[in-house]
Amino acid sequence: MTGYRQARWGAEDKLEPLVFELGDKRRVGYSLPPKHSKSFKIPKKLLRTELNLPELSEPEVARHFTRLSQMNYGVDSGIYPLGSCTMKYNPKISEELAGLEGASSLHPYQSEETVQGALELMYRLERALAEVAGVARVSLHPSAGAHGEFLAMLIARKYHSSNGDGKRTQVIVPDSAHGTNPASAAMAGYEVVVVPSNERGRVDLDALKATVSDRTAALMLTNPNTLGLFEDEIEEMVKVVHDAGGLLFYDGANLNGIMGKARPGDMGFDIVHFNLHKTFGTPHGGGGPGSGPVGVRKKLEKFLPAPLVEHDAKRDRYYLDYDRPDSTGRIQAFHGNFGVLVKAYTYILMMGSEGLEEATEAAVLNANYIMRKLLKVKGYDLKFDASGPCKHEVVFSAESLKDGTGVTARDVAKRLLDYGMHAPTYYFPPIVPEALMIEPTESEPREGLDRFVEALEKIAGEARSDPDRVRSAPTATAIGRLDEVKASREPILSWRMYCKNRE
Amino acid sequence: VGHPYIPNAPEIRKQMLKEIGAKSVDDLFSDIPKSVRLKRKLDLPRLSEQEARRHVRALLSRNRPTTELLSFLGAGAWPHHVPAHVRNLTQRSEFLTSYTPYQPEASQGMLQALFEYQSLICELTGMDVANASMYDWASSLGEAALMCARVTRRRKFLVPDLMSAERFSVLQNYASGPGLELVRLGHDGSTGQLDLSQLREQLGEDIAGVYIENPGYLGFLETQADEIGKVAHKAGALFVVGVNPISLGLLKPPGDYGVDIVVGEGQPLGNPVSFGGPSLGIFACRDDRRLVRQVPGRLIGMTKAADEKTRGFVMGLQTREQHIRRERATSSICTNQSLCAVAAAIYLSSLGPRGLRELAEICASNASYAMRKLNAIDGLETPIFDAPHFNEFAIGLNKAKTSAVKLNAKLLERGIQGGKPLANEFPELGEASLWCTTELHSREDIDRLAEATAEILEAAK
Repeated sequence: MTGYRQARWGAEDKLEPLVFELGDKRRVGYSLPPKHSKSFKIPKKLLRTELNLPELSEPEVARHFTRLSQMNYGVDSGIYPLGSCTMKYNPKISEELAGLEGASSLHPYQSEETVQGALELMYRLERALAEVAGVARVSLHPSAGAHGEFLAMLIARKYHSSNGDGKRTQVIVPDSAHGTNPASAAMAGYEVVVVPSNERGRVDLDALKATVSDRTAALMLTNPNTLGLFEDEIEEMVKVVHDAGGLLFYDGANLNGIMGKARPGDMGFDIVHFNLHKTFGTPHGGGGPGSGPVGVRKKLEKFLPAPLVEHDAKRDRYYLDYDRPDSTGRIQAFHGNFGVLVKAYTYILMMGSEGLEEATEAAVLNANYIMRKLLKVKGYDLKFDASGPCKHEVVFSAESLKDGTGVTARDVAKRLLDYGMHAPTYYFPPIVPEALMIEPTESEPREGLDRFVEALEKIAGEARSDPDRVRSAPTATAIGRLDEVKASREPILSWRMYCKNRE
Repeated sequence: VGHPYIPNAPEIRKQMLKEIGAKSVDDLFSDIPKSVRLKRKLDLPRLSEQEARRHVRALLSRNRPTTELLSFLGAGAWPHHVPAHVRNLTQRSEFLTSYTPYQPEASQGMLQALFEYQSLICELTGMDVANASMYDWASSLGEAALMCARVTRRRKFLVPDLMSAERFSVLQNYASGPGLELVRLGHDGSTGQLDLSQLREQLGEDIAGVYIENPGYLGFLETQADEIGKVAHKAGALFVVGVNPISLGLLKPPGDYGVDIVVGEGQPLGNPVSFGGPSLGIFACRDDRRLVRQVPGRLIGMTKAADEKTRGFVMGLQTREQHIRRERATSSICTNQSLCAVAAAIYLSSLGPRGLRELAEICASNASYAMRKLNAIDGLETPIFDAPHFNEFAIGLNKAKTSAVKLNAKLLERGIQGGKPLANEFPELGEASLWCTTELHSREDIDRLAEATAEILEAAK
């Protein structure tokens, strides 16, 4: 017993029923205004005859989704050390402000004079992000990190083609890169070339030198990298790529490790993306909506998608500038995830320069604290450079634990759930065997870190004394391990497919 | 003094540093070369919560939201009433502050809610499979074009010429990666319907997919959807349709007219317009192995616990996705619009079949009433296209002595936000604009618009 138990709603063989299994034919969960005109001229053959949606009253809907929420673990539930995801606290004030009608009830095509506040907020947010990253201009359009990466690759392509340089068909990514990097480069039509890491867990500079050529369009890099280590040869790397005529893209997923300490723009990166839903405290919402703005240095400014928000100082008017003939074109129909922008702007106001730097210091300290404590625990080791500090995250390997007990990193992660703790990212980055990628963020108090390390130590002990207990974990969550192979082999992806299968 | 979001106060941090053998916090940043260290403080003010609230409220109060203005804007972002419980439930912090459900055992709530979203979208569209969301309609369309190309191994994608310029621009960027060719099909000048003879001329062995919108961007229905699907399939192309999901409370679902992939904008399902985002890209398709394995984004699947008894949900078919397949993934999308999808699930569960039908009828009858009132005004041609309409319509102003932009400026003086001017997108229509009505408009609202418009046009004569 660990003392933790997640809520579990439902019957013996199933959890809370599906919404299709609830309700009754006569129930109503809505109230609509009266129809004041009966007529519309749509021929009958274009109308539908049936619609199989559930019929629930509002209390049933409220109860159903409340129960579901109780079977879900969030940052507000407990420690969430999910590496490369920066699961920090999401301020409630941000939610309040983004929910105001002055934000939520704006239409993207309203006359500019009626949305001056929204445009000013976007303008100010852009300036703030540019300051944090050391770039000239920022597009707020991308809806998520990978969306930003995609835009970055479109910008790189446009830049090279504007130079009449059609040969550059390759994008280089390190073997430790996030999966979205190669996927986004491929979506933009690039061939992906992988460059290996060295024994210090950094990009192998010699390998990079051997990889770049007149076909190199860009290098995609996160710094600190996914091992939580700062690429300390960054200046040489920048020179190698720039000398070859390529651009450097900064994956901003790990920006929380360096705010106020160093800026991607100053390191020599040409294109930078941000994850507002990581570094800037906006909630992940179970997988989105996020926001992935893209910043660029001066020479790439003209390629940013239209419109950008500009300020006419003379008339003190903000306006959307669509006159951008060299722009990449759009990746978003409107102005980006504005609701998320309001939250990120609020967060930046609440932090200020000092607060952002303090967040980075506290996040990096928390990661180093875990690193030093966990290094003393048998079963967990660092595969790369352990001499220096890590940044915001640290990647341990549970390989020795597995060799000794058969218990895997995945088992350890699942067992952590029984302790009421979210699991770290595991099996990533792929260059670390039995990886446990831990990012505590600045939001975790010291005693939470201590309990986390203690839990990992206990689990290592359990792995030796009672490995089945670890292998059969979790047992304190709403449900135990699930058959993911069955889910992929015989996919049931909707109620409709389920009903057809049952027949 | 410390910061409210950072539990470990400066004193505690000092102790922690000591415990791990660091002299100061600078030791933890010693690996960053001095030459790239920032040698000054960032230049950003820090406010208390009450100051931040005051500042942001002051900014937002300079906007005139559509709850205050009488707005007739739609064009892919449709204001509807969002029931209070939808926001209340999606704001539950267990949903709000969770990450992608990578640990299904601890995330059944989000997984089931997303499975329910997928299921509800399938019922609405008549498809069998829906993913857990894309960024927005435009990116869903871009992904659909890419999917058609992967499935058919062909490189041309046909689209209607009467589609939103913004959406087309996004599509162009998505199509540009693998070098798909986009061809815009013409329309019948009086009805707006797709030109079938052009479609037949274009169709050949190189066509990956045919895309239509129903209702179309300019509000009218595509009455020959059936025929378009048949012609497309005959040539071995896939048939893709873009929808406003509210219209499907009333209209025949795409599944009934042979559609292979449905895309659309899910925002009106319980999500505020919010200046255009967060939006919700709908992506659904038929249960065909060839298609399902090529779907972009996240798919939540039903399965059983390892004990083979308890029903549960997991992220399925993950080998399509970037975190496993990297550059060979079907898409790079990772973070999507999950919470907007949960809002849509709550919304659809609350409206049910009768509520959605009633809502769609109100939207359509309001548009019908508005078209009648406006068409009665001298100088306006409403609607431009002679075809059945759902809740949007284009107005022609070529016979009026004013432009769409000028009309809007005059309306705004009266607290009315007019429709979207179309001159930039479709110069061939001359002076025209795109209008939208939903259940938010009362009869008096529409009368007010008609009176104001008549007055303005009269004065311009």
